[in-house]
Amino acid sequence: MSDILQALQKRILVLDGAMGTMLQRYNFSEEDFRGERFKDYPTSLKGNNDLLSLTQPQAIADIHKLYFEAGADIVETNTFSGTTIAMADYDMEGLVYELNYESAKIAKQVANQFTKANPNKPRFVAGSIGPTNKTASMSPNVNKPEYRAITFDELRIAYKLQVEALIDGGVDVLLVETIFDTLNAKAALFAIEEVKEERQIDIPIMVSGTITDASGRTLSGQTVEAFLISISHIPLLSVGFNCALGAEQLKPYLQRLSHETEFYTSAHPNAGLPNAFGEYDQSAKQMQTLIEDYLKDGLINIIGGCCGTNPEHIKAIADVAQNYQPRQIKEFA
Amino acid sequence: MADSDCRKYLTLSGLEPLVVTPQSNFINVGERTNVTGSRKFLRLIKEEKYDEALSVARDQVEGGAQILDVNMDEGMLDGKYAMVKFLNLIASEPDIARIPLMIDSSKWEIIEAGLQVAQGKCVVNSISLKEGEAEFKRQAKLVKRYGAAVIVMAFDEVGQADTYERRIEICKRSYDILVNEVNFPAQDIIFDPNIFPVATGMDEHRLNALDFFNATKWIRENLPYANVSGGVSNVSFSFRGNNIVREAINSAFLYHAIQHGMTLGIVNPTMLEIYDEIPKDLLQCVEDVLFNRSDDATERLLDFAETVKGDKKQDVAKVLEWRSESLQDRITHSLVKGIDEFIIEDTEEARLAADKPIHVIEGHLMIGMNVVGDLFGSGKMFLPQVVKSARVMKKAVAYLQPFIEAEKDGKQEFAGRILMATVKGDVHDIGKNIVSVVLGCNNYEIIDLGVMVPPEKIIETAIRENVDVIGLSGLITPSLDEMVYVSQEMEKKNLNIPLIIGGATTSRAHTSVKIAPKYNHTVVHINDASRAVTVVGNLLQKDSTIYKAQIREEYDKFRAQFLKRGKQKNYLTIEDARQNKFKIDWSTAEIVKPKQLGIQIINDFDIKTLEPFIDWSPFFRSWDLHGRYPDILTDDVVGSQAQELFKDAQELLKRVFDENLLKAKAIFGLFPANTVNDDDIEIYDDHGNVKTTFLSLRQQLSKKEGVANHALADFVAPKESGIQDYMGAFCVSTGFGTAELAKQFEADHDDYNSIMIKALADRLAEAFAEYLHKEVRTNFWGYVSEENLTNDQLIKENYKGIRPAPGYPACPDHLEKKTIWKLLNVEENIGVKLTDSLAMWPAASVSGYYFGNPEAKYFGLGKITEDQLKTYSKRRNISEEEARKWLNPNLAET
Repeated sequence: MSDILQALQKRILVLDGAMGTMLQRYNFSEEDFRGERFKDYPTSLKGNNDLLSLTQPQAIADIHKLYFEAGADIVETNTFSGTTIAMADYDMEGLVYELNYESAKIAKQVANQFTKANPNKPRFVAGSIGPTNKTASMSPNVNKPEYRAITFDELRIAYKLQVEALIDGGVDVLLVETIFDTLNAKAALFAIEEVKEERQIDIPIMVSGTITDASGRTLSGQTVEAFLISISHIPLLSVGFNCALGAEQLKPYLQRLSHETEFYTSAHPNAGLPNAFGEYDQSAKQMQTLIEDYLKDGLINIIGGCCGTNPEHIKAIADVAQNYQPRQIKEFA
Repeated sequence: MADSDCRKYLTLSGLEPLVVTPQSNFINVGERTNVTGSRKFLRLIKEEKYDEALSVARDQVEGGAQILDVNMDEGMLDGKYAMVKFLNLIASEPDIARIPLMIDSSKWEIIEAGLQVAQGKCVVNSISLKEGEAEFKRQAKLVKRYGAAVIVMAFDEVGQADTYERRIEICKRSYDILVNEVNFPAQDIIFDPNIFPVATGMDEHRLNALDFFNATKWIRENLPYANVSGGVSNVSFSFRGNNIVREAINSAFLYHAIQHGMTLGIVNPTMLEIYDEIPKDLLQCVEDVLFNRSDDATERLLDFAETVKGDKKQDVAKVLEWRSESLQDRITHSLVKGIDEFIIEDTEEARLAADKPIHVIEGHLMIGMNVVGDLFGSGKMFLPQVVKSARVMKKAVAYLQPFIEAEKDGKQEFAGRILMATVKGDVHDIGKNIVSVVLGCNNYEIIDLGVMVPPEKIIETAIRENVDVIGLSGLITPSLDEMVYVSQEMEKKNLNIPLIIGGATTSRAHTSVKIAPKYNHTVVHINDASRAVTVVGNLLQKDSTIYKAQIREEYDKFRAQFLKRGKQKNYLTIEDARQNKFKIDWSTAEIVKPKQLGIQIINDFDIKTLEPFIDWSPFFRSWDLHGRYPDILTDDVVGSQAQELFKDAQELLKRVFDENLLKAKAIFGLFPANTVNDDDIEIYDDHGNVKTTFLSLRQQLSKKEGVANHALADFVAPKESGIQDYMGAFCVSTGFGTAELAKQFEADHDDYNSIMIKALADRLAEAFAEYLHKEVRTNFWGYVSEENLTNDQLIKENYKGIRPAPGYPACPDHLEKKTIWKLLNVEENIGVKLTDSLAMWPAASVSGYYFGNPEAKYFGLGKITEDQLKTYSKRRNISEEEARKWLNPNLAET
């Protein structure tokens, strides 16, 4: 049994908060993004947050550290856009393996330091696998509904490279997250299964979908239950939701999910809904109250934050999480 | 079922979930989005009318379908393309995408393509042990990885399960493999234990329903969590045409199947009576049959059926009944049903009553034929029926002819005059004849110039006879260019006669891109005889300007789209393609020296031997009935027509065998051979001198890594390997006598059998090629010592070694036939000739090569580029211009 599974059986695990929000604090310039290595790179690199694992590794390590200090059990690698598909925006497809590998190593190193300091609270690294910037079951062109900007196979191949690099870099679990389009996620899961088979290994998988608005559906149109059915063919460590909504708006969907699934559940909501300027202003305290509602209802096994959350939020969540029992999973089999 | 197991339900999803619990009612699967089951849907897909195809899907969902079955298995379709496109379109229609999809295909690649575009959890329909355990496991593993449930057919290496014991044996074995070896979730397994027709009158079918019920029960009790499904309407197949009985059988069967544990299935809701509303006496008869309760159950149901609705042909009373109707009704009946027994009698009666004999044609007969035309137009009659109607019509007209001439009261008024011709160099005329007959039925005068008609003759006749429409037909690829040429000549002569293009290799794309621009007047492509009538009708209506302008516009648009669409394909240079040739390890390759080298001739062959080797599916296709044999015989839409046609074919075939009507001849040779310069194959005589050289063409489309650029030459050891290899060539024909027979039938006004004999001869020729190949494999060459393949396996080409034919995808170069003819002396030896366009005469002939290497396989050449054309013209020693002419269809657009 993997360490993370043992830990999950005992307590609610806390996931970290936003990486992007934290990086904004550094106010990195184009030069900072480039570093020495990419100073002559032909495309503009500012905004390529994943690249900072190579050019500003210390900043990334520091952010992981802040989250662990706040009480997180799991941090996510800085690899949300680490596929050849997403990196094509920066002409950096060739760097994908290295980006993922190095990001995993940075996070794992920090995690090991914390585990060593307190072996009773082992810390874990989740390899973040984002949705890419293309959708496999929707057409970007309203006049050509049958058109697809990306195919399953292209996604599968891209995800496979990311997965291999994350595993080589030492992640403890893979997190397929912010799923707008279930078909993209299925390609990622397919790729993971291939890697597992080829390497004869097992590695826990977390899946986290995104309910985009009050319709209660994913961007690709699935209800909570349909989404769950569509990804449950692979043995998962956990299934949950993140992004797009705050803890309050997410709760009804989390309830439905928790009721239906035999996997552990996770949630990492945003710090409320963005204000008119696109900023998140829900305080750590406010979020804590909302999350406590989840805990009282026994909805959750893994809890963290997404856009707009910072170590204060995570600390507030971790403080309250330790007072509650984890959700009991139904023994179906 | 233990409480903790209660969640092991079959769960599926589209945009919304579908959970099949013990409390669920029967789950019905919408079946109209299936090209093998719905003629309409097939047409929509073929014509790329995806909007309308989507509305078929929407109707299904609105009508209560809980799962949508999508099937694109049809020979003329690019199944993968159609599946992906249709599923992508469904994904953008939330009201359809709501429900889960059932991806239905006999081709794994189509299933996989479908799975790759569906975000929900689908059902795969289907996999089975048919191709053995390894393939079964491979597919199951992938199904699981794609996150789908699966229908498993009760089918194994031996065949389809048709008894209780075989059903449970195969299901159990499949289940154990899936659950224990593949780790497939048991609740995601759905068995299809085969629903077969009952009350067929055959003893071995008496347990068909009962065995299904019991097998279903056994599965539900012994294979935990598995579900059971089936296609219901098949059970009542033998009562086609009697809907009251059919619906009663369907619903009684369904009722009991559900009682026995069937959970989901394909049901046509309009073919279902409410169980409780089935009259008690009928229900009694039906259930006696379903449960095989007495020896005479079938008899009694048949008797009962007659009282409910008895339009069985054998029913003498009924025959008498229609004979007592009015004269017009009787004539119409004869025409619609294709019965020629009474037509002379009725025509005579009409003639005596008419002022002039011509009035019988213009009146009685045309009224009847209009009914035929309407039924055909609305899809209620099928092509073979119409051709039979035409036969009756012709008989009546022939009878009236002498009277009309005696009175000299003018000519029959036709709706228009159509010139039909198979173009120069081509001998294939089945399709053309069918269109001629169909148009003839609709009162068009047909001037049929036959086959191999030179362009001058077409144009001269068109002008002299003042025809209204010209129809050109052809089957082999050089005919495509010939049609372009004819259209150019028509333009030069300033003709303005509408031109209709048809034939197997023709296409809307070719017509709009290559022909329409050459001719300033109307050009229309028709690939379906039923469309010919509408198109010609529109062309000849009083004011056809608008229609013609529409056609023109449509084709201009299509052409523009087609040319734009041309996905930028990447081609390798011929040198690079050769570098990436298909590599066989010659050091370990097992090469068998043929037992008998040299040429052998079979002049007097017992054609009966070929019967089991016939592949019937293309036969039905030539009659516009689409589907696979034997499934087509039980098809919901065309099944009864297919049976009828099949019966007629069997009858004629029997005559052919009994009376020795066709002669089969063959020639083949096996020779030492080696590949030189990558793409050429040298054939040697006994002393190692080069007798002749075959030139192969090489694929140039850029391939995925690890996929070779094939040429046939790759399957023969290269000379520099120092290994002596071998290959062969052959020609078979079963066409001797066909033309004479067809003429006899035509003289008898029997176009139906005239077309039939040609279609049969074609099948026999293919069967002969199959048979001879088998003999060569196992005997003359003898590289396989024993081979026990069923005909089905032969058709699927499960054997070692290949027999590609020049003019077909692996070697589209027709000029290679000349090399074969020279090498084997084909014409002198067995009398099969080559036309200018290198079609074989008699038409029912097949020629090709033999490659014996176990790694040899069929492939499609695809497009080639200029550099290969250049080297080819040098190798062939012809001008580039001539090479371009022959290879035109395979040249990439530059």
